[in-house]
Amino acid sequence: MSTLAAAAPTVLQINFGAVGYGLAAIGPGIGIGLVFGHAIEAMARQPEATGRISLYMWIGFSLTEVLALLGLVVPFIFHAA
Amino acid sequence: MTGDVAAAATGGCHIFSGCGFPAPGLQDFNFKPLFTVGSFNFTKPMLVTILCAIIVIALFWFAFAKPKVIPGRLQNLGELGVLAVRDQILRPSLGRKGDKYLGLLVSLFFFILLCNLMELIPVIQFPSMSRISFVVPMVATVYVLYLYLGFKNQGAWGYVANMWPRGVPWPVYIILIPVELLRFFIIQPFTLGIRLFANMFAGHLLLSIFMVATWYLLTLSVALLFAAGSAVMVLFVFLLELLVDVLQAFIFTTLTAVYIASSLEAQH
Repeated sequence: MSTLAAAAPTVLQINFGAVGYGLAAIGPGIGIGLVFGHAIEAMARQPEATGRISLYMWIGFSLTEVLALLGLVVPFIFHAA
Repeated sequence: MTGDVAAAATGGCHIFSGCGFPAPGLQDFNFKPLFTVGSFNFTKPMLVTILCAIIVIALFWFAFAKPKVIPGRLQNLGELGVLAVRDQILRPSLGRKGDKYLGLLVSLFFFILLCNLMELIPVIQFPSMSRISFVVPMVATVYVLYLYLGFKNQGAWGYVANMWPRGVPWPVYIILIPVELLRFFIIQPFTLGIRLFANMFAGHLLLSIFMVATWYLLTLSVALLFAAGSAVMVLFVFLLELLVDVLQAFIFTTLTAVYIASSLEAQH
């Protein structure tokens, strides 16, 4: 809680954890897009199979999503003491 | 009762007053005990969780204590909830034979949903599932249940044998078998818990960051403009979290149903 003037950084400090999480979120972002995109495509082709498809859509979504969430949790588990 | 950040923020800490932004962090998830019995500290998340459990039990108790053919208002609500879980979660994965797990799934779904929604209700504003120790008992219940059902229905050897992937050239087994075992016994329950925990953790952080930022920027200066932007973000994140809360309760219950289904019969 220092003053603004004193807190002015002289050396640029990069928060590598934040950068790392940004990189880690790329893959799940693409993956979730693919999951929903293909599920919508499948439902548009066969509307009568919507119930079955949406079950697998949510399972695929949750499996993909957990990768991004692991990236969020891991720094708290393995942080430098 | 709330974390240090809220105390700092409500203590008149604004921008241009020589006070840095009190960024929310891990310290926001630690609470001073409300009261202490021996060495046992009773904290706010426990209170919220017990409250949720009581609400769920009371709702379904009063809805179905004296069921009538022509349902009253509360029974209507209860039937709506039970039927939603049965038709959207249980039937697609377990089919008609899984109806005896309806009780487990309904109570899991509504308990998690209510615990999650507590992060949006003013004054309470804490999802107890963002402390992982509240998630672990539920995951342990599901884990023990599907292992038990698997061993009971398929036999100890058959259960393990059914996990073997078939129809691949034999050298692949050297990698595939450890991966399958790891997935089944460790990754599956681990991700089931982490998913719920991390979603609620991130949600609470997001909400508190924008709420604290709105208060921090609220001064009679150009920062007022940014405070307004932050307030709009609070509203947006609020709606997003509403979606995430329902979705996470749904996904936890769906995956429970899918795991039970894979224990009841081999899916290869």
